[in-house]
Amino acid sequence: MDREERKAWLYLLPAMIFLGIFMVYPLFDVMVYSVEEGYNSASQTFRGVGLYNYAYVLRDPYFLQALKNTFILVIITVPVSTGIALLISVGLNSITRLKELFQTIFFLPYVTNTLAVGLVFMILFKKTPYSDGFVNLIIHFFGGSTVDFIEGPYWAKMFVMCFYTVWVVLPFKILILTSALASVDPDLYKAARVDGASKGRIFRKITLPMISPMIFYLVITGFIGAFKAYADEVAIFGTNLNAAGMNTIVGFVYDMLYGDSGGYPSYAAAAALILFVIVLTITVINLLVRRKNSVIS
Amino acid sequence: MKIVLQHLTKIYPNRNKKVGGEVVAVNDFDFEIPDGKLIGLLGPSGCGKSTTLNMICGLEKPTRGRIFFGDDDVTELPPENRGVGMVFQSYALYPHLTVRQNITFPLENLKGAEKLTKAQMNEKALEAARLVQIDQLMDRRPSELSGGQQQRVAIARALVNRPRVLLLDEPLSNLDARLRLQTREEIRRIQTETGITTIFVTHDQEEAMSISDQIVVMSAGVLQQMGPPQEVYDDPVNLFTARFLGTPAINVFQGTVRNEQLYIGEAAVLAVPGTADQEVFAGIRPEGFVISDDGPFVPELIRVEVMGRDTSVVCSHPACTTQTIRAIVPSDSVSHDAEIIRFALKPAKVHLFAKDTGLRIRTGGKQDG
Repeated sequence: MDREERKAWLYLLPAMIFLGIFMVYPLFDVMVYSVEEGYNSASQTFRGVGLYNYAYVLRDPYFLQALKNTFILVIITVPVSTGIALLISVGLNSITRLKELFQTIFFLPYVTNTLAVGLVFMILFKKTPYSDGFVNLIIHFFGGSTVDFIEGPYWAKMFVMCFYTVWVVLPFKILILTSALASVDPDLYKAARVDGASKGRIFRKITLPMISPMIFYLVITGFIGAFKAYADEVAIFGTNLNAAGMNTIVGFVYDMLYGDSGGYPSYAAAAALILFVIVLTITVINLLVRRKNSVIS
Repeated sequence: MKIVLQHLTKIYPNRNKKVGGEVVAVNDFDFEIPDGKLIGLLGPSGCGKSTTLNMICGLEKPTRGRIFFGDDDVTELPPENRGVGMVFQSYALYPHLTVRQNITFPLENLKGAEKLTKAQMNEKALEAARLVQIDQLMDRRPSELSGGQQQRVAIARALVNRPRVLLLDEPLSNLDARLRLQTREEIRRIQTETGITTIFVTHDQEEAMSISDQIVVMSAGVLQQMGPPQEVYDDPVNLFTARFLGTPAINVFQGTVRNEQLYIGEAAVLAVPGTADQEVFAGIRPEGFVISDDGPFVPELIRVEVMGRDTSVVCSHPACTTQTIRAIVPSDSVSHDAEIIRFALKPAKVHLFAKDTGLRIRTGGKQDG
């Protein structure tokens, strides 16, 4: 190891120490927890080592519900939010007047507190003794009957959840995509016009490939973010997500640790590792797809 | 295809925030470009030459005036219906497509009866690629090409659909000096081979003079002069054109015409028959000086620079509008230990311009304009 290299390691040391203490060690610890059967947190003892915790979690109806909820959330919100963000960004990019104003408006949810936004959604959707909520007013106007979005049927709650998630993640995606669109060389568009390409073809053949690295980035981070959803659910449906049938995997992990029925770190660890494997798998698949279609080096 | 511009004007409203007003980028342009020629649109940066090119291309709408290709009025047509090919200063190659895909891109956009099969497209692309000699590089991406090769791809893409007019925006400015010389000859060759009316924009007068059939000199949105390069060089209509063309630049002096004699300082340096008495700017080309023992013009000698075949004599004179005067003379006519050099002037290389308007005063006293 020469002097330069020693120096480099020295610079990396602080980050490595902190990552080691707060990331690597806990991750390792979670793995250990997840295979300790019959762990007792009071006496810190366990009966044996095996995969029972995983078997238990995978049979727990609450976990299966949480798994289903999380998957629905991911599959709906990631494409929908990316698509809407793309639409809005293209729109923003093609207007000149009031552009800054609209950019600010679209960015507001990003700087607003999750719980505050959750309250706003409650007002929009919640049925109270005094009002059916703003959305129901609109439904009534079009001749529909009242839907209880917060305590009603599963699809209504899921709709609110997806709607909320899309709305919350939109600003960041719009921010990324507008800057990606703005960085495309305007000469390319001029050249495509001279080459006789229609608007749709310019979008498909020039714009999309040029911003595809950013779209890919948003899809990956979107997947990861949606798999880790928890706080948003609490903001709308309250802390007892199992009762509402709207729990997520992270919510299940939390409940197993600290919830009313909690105190089972082994189950929590097993659930957390299942989530970890799912996210890792999907990210790797994404990367492989990306590498296959990679065009801009 | 003959190109006619009639009273072409482009005004950008609200462009100039300080003055709070509009900017006239192109002002009442009126000229005709003959069929099958190579035209150099020449002027300093910001003179409106690129705007003119964009209007001919159809990327920008003129505020006033009309554009004709042959007898067709194309003023209102979008670029794709004009039959133009354009090479951008940045080349604007699609970075995610291969060379072949870049060249076939315009062909894929054809609709209706013009639609081509894949094989026809490939054949046309290959033909265009051969013309610019990049047919070996068809499967590369633009990032894998040198600047010169990228430019050839851009030219092939502009030519693949057989345009009526080829437009090049500063085609040589992104190339290094050696490649620039080579590429400008290449552009000349491609233009001659295809016979397509070609307009290219440049701020480099040497570039424009060397390959153009005709040059169009612009300044501040106004057409200054148009004609074959040698003619414009030999016979500038105003001080701007005289100063803009030629390296080294023309030497401009404060002069006076008295009794049909041009005075620079106190010396009568040249007979100007038929010219009325007045204050003038006298422009003398570097090659207009002849070393002569009884020459009337005696500037202060600064140094002699040997350039091989010719010698550059650098002098100064209080009446000169620039700090130094540069004269180009044959090397054998100057002795290097000379302390005083006397010059006679070649009448054809001396141009007089009016003090107020900068317009040329021709011998006989008539003013252009």
